[in-house]
Amino acid sequence: MTDDTISRVAVTDAAAGLLARLRRQHGELMFHQSGGCCDGSSPMCYPDGDLLLGDADVHLGDLDLQDETEDRPGAPRDEFTVPVWMSRAQFEYWKHTHLTIDVVPGRGSGFSVEAPEGVRFLIRSRLLTDEEWERSADAR
Amino acid sequence: MTVYAAPGQPGAIAEYRPRYDHWIGGEYVPPSSGQYFENPSPVNGQPFTEVARGNAADIEAALDAAHGAAPAWGRTSATERANILNKIADRMEAHLEEIAVAETWENGKPVRETLAADIPLAIDHFRYFAGAIRAQEGSISEIDEDTVAYHFHEPLGVVGQIIPWNFPILMATWKLAPALAAGNAVVLKPAEQTPASILFLVDIIGDLLPPGVLNVVNGFGVEAGKPLASSPRIRKIAFTGETTTGRLIMQYASQNIIPVTLELGGKSPNIFFSDVAAQRDDFYDKALEGFTMFALNQGEVCTCPSRALIQADIYDQFLGDALERTKAVTQGNPLDTDTMIGAQASNDQLEKILSYIDIGKAEGATVLTGGHRAEMEGDLAGGYYVTPTVFEGKNSMRIFQEEIFGPVVSVTQFGDFDDAMKIANDTLYGLGAGVWSRQGDVAYRAGRTIEAGRVWTNCYHAYPAAAAFGGYKGSGVGRENHKMMLDHYQQTKNLLVSYSGTKLGFF
Repeated sequence: MTDDTISRVAVTDAAAGLLARLRRQHGELMFHQSGGCCDGSSPMCYPDGDLLLGDADVHLGDLDLQDETEDRPGAPRDEFTVPVWMSRAQFEYWKHTHLTIDVVPGRGSGFSVEAPEGVRFLIRSRLLTDEEWERSADAR
Repeated sequence: MTVYAAPGQPGAIAEYRPRYDHWIGGEYVPPSSGQYFENPSPVNGQPFTEVARGNAADIEAALDAAHGAAPAWGRTSATERANILNKIADRMEAHLEEIAVAETWENGKPVRETLAADIPLAIDHFRYFAGAIRAQEGSISEIDEDTVAYHFHEPLGVVGQIIPWNFPILMATWKLAPALAAGNAVVLKPAEQTPASILFLVDIIGDLLPPGVLNVVNGFGVEAGKPLASSPRIRKIAFTGETTTGRLIMQYASQNIIPVTLELGGKSPNIFFSDVAAQRDDFYDKALEGFTMFALNQGEVCTCPSRALIQADIYDQFLGDALERTKAVTQGNPLDTDTMIGAQASNDQLEKILSYIDIGKAEGATVLTGGHRAEMEGDLAGGYYVTPTVFEGKNSMRIFQEEIFGPVVSVTQFGDFDDAMKIANDTLYGLGAGVWSRQGDVAYRAGRTIEAGRVWTNCYHAYPAAAAFGGYKGSGVGRENHKMMLDHYQQTKNLLVSYSGTKLGFF
């Protein structure tokens, strides 16, 4: 776990909606940011627990989401969480940036669960603001 | 100059089928789900064929076929297998031009590359492993006067292979040739971005192999790749791709206690020492070409020289000349033999590259040329094109640390030799590197100091069979492109034989 109080990850509405649909199909989900070639440098979405995590990984944060369950009008919103992870070594080079998980039309993604939908999760990045950086554990 | 007609157009020399099933047991087998997925060409974004959407049941069927074929195939003589590999090479050579056009149409790369590199290299690769398996010998250890240890190479049996999309036929060949030479049966899962060109090749060479020795199942990673990689019915898995999937594959392999080979990419430094610019001669010209190699195959190469390190005293001048060389790269119809850079392989690849260009700018790197999507006209308007892009910045920036897999190079300068080595090795990866110097000792010391499996010295992006290729650090496990790859597809049988007629005397 990164030992700081700032938010490092976010999700677009389009990606949040897709995650709710994928969760109905696959159960609880997780993200692990990939590096390397081909489909790499992209977030991989798996059924939670599929990828074994360990000391080599950093927990960037959780996406707190809601399944609006359109098919059950009046039903309470179903809240769920998708944790986002990255390898610790990779985080060293990423820690000054904030990541937003988006989705684009596309094809191919290792074993990430969204590919059969004809879409691909994508990371959009911005630099942490000075204020965020001051509050982050890495600045200390 | 030649412009090839696109498959499906009048005069085309390569035609895809309208639909491809799985290739299992020497014949086309429809997917168990009855489902197919569309396969677009990145050249224009339009679908040109549909491909079977495989699942766990299809993988099981392919494994059944492979297990049926493996015992007999594993007992064939090396001569027999080598002859088949040579016939595959001959058949490919006779159809080189059409295979090249087919691969360009599916992948988006310039046809001059498929004609001159991808397909000729694949042909040579089959011939190399035909020769390597013929020349391979076991060994004998004489333990004592009456005791001999014999070592035989035996195939693993049935192996799984997951192929990337950047060189669909060549990367399949890098894995297939050693596996088949060693006597294994294969279940191969192509990338979902390039599922058809390998089957275009199977249509040409499929009859040369006994049924079940080569099986091809297409589909999405989560639906077809995962059941293959996690199957207890394979004795080895080979994968080229990215790090998180590589980890998953190792994890599955650990559960089945099978070996893996992984090729997981890099962030290769291309280092230009001062003396490169000592003269304006052919060598200088060659070094500028070496810089521009980041645009080869649209940058979709695991060893893309995506970090250029230029010594400070020649920095401005060399970079100026390199920018001029980069701006001269002709972008256009990949089927035109004059085109130097074609289309990125998929829309999400395009989007990812553009997102990296954004973060590069946000981090304060300077775009010296390119930096945007290339808007093409006419038939190419729907394709996925990026202008060759040169960034100037610092090695700590994310564009210097992450594999963009596009025609994007990040340039920085170094002071002295030690500074160059420090920057070169400040990366998670260690697949490739380039070193340019007229001084043999400088080039040699640099090559030995860089933590990477392949250091091109006064050259770049050459991939001849017989030169071992594979990663240090986070770039993977194993060495392809060399006879040592046979070791990754064989196991050693030791017969420990006593020729003595007398007992030990223990019991």
